[in-house]
Amino acid sequence: MTVSEIAKKLNLAYYAGENLSGKNAKGCYIGDLLSLAMSRVMADNVWITIQTNINVVAVASLAEASCVIVADGCVPDDTTIEKAKEQGIILLGGEISAFDAAVALSEMGI
Amino acid sequence: MADGMKLQFVVDDGDFTRAGETSSKVKKTLTQLGFSPEVIRKVAIAMYEGEINMVIHANGGTIDVEISSEKILIIMQDRGPGIADIERAMQAGFSTADSKVRELGFGAGMGLPNMKKYSDEMEITTEIGKGTCVKLTINVKG
Repeated sequence: MTVSEIAKKLNLAYYAGENLSGKNAKGCYIGDLLSLAMSRVMADNVWITIQTNINVVAVASLAEASCVIVADGCVPDDTTIEKAKEQGIILLGGEISAFDAAVALSEMGI
Repeated sequence: MADGMKLQFVVDDGDFTRAGETSSKVKKTLTQLGFSPEVIRKVAIAMYEGEINMVIHANGGTIDVEISSEKILIIMQDRGPGIADIERAMQAGFSTADSKVRELGFGAGMGLPNMKKYSDEMEITTEIGKGTCVKLTINVKG
């Protein structure tokens, strides 16, 4: 499953990393506590969060997440978007809730 | 393998925008040196927690990393207030972080427990009013 397919299915907008959307994704973690996310997000996972600050990029990068979905209509800070572009992190967002996103991802077989 | 390779980094006080940069650099170096993903992950998580702690609680400081084929040693020395009760600080869920820090997704009292969990040895020396030094060892298994 590619990030591009996920973005399309879940109707997500790209804040950063659209050029990298051919990347594969497998598995998912949902959480907003960065210490937990840091240890629970595994390589190639989709990480769903409502955190919007710049540290999201550091965690996604260190944990090697495939992409970050910022759920519930939350909008990443400008500094977060800039950092994500710089670090090659795919940052997606939309009105979808974390639960609905997870259900859709599960149906897609992720 | 680069036996005895030493790296030093400075962590700035209160600079959340740069927190994670040191862990990221070390991660890249370890990847280039061919360490296993498991070892790299442990180092990255433990170091990131340390960096965040230094930014949140401790007015920044320095991080020294010594890399050998046997182990990776991380020494984090800060200029912070020191830890009054280490045992309590080690309890998951205990934190002295303020609400601003918590809003950013930190301050849940997981920093030191995570550092312990993702390292093979952990040693804390602290002096009130002077600072804290956390030494982490991550063993490299064959």
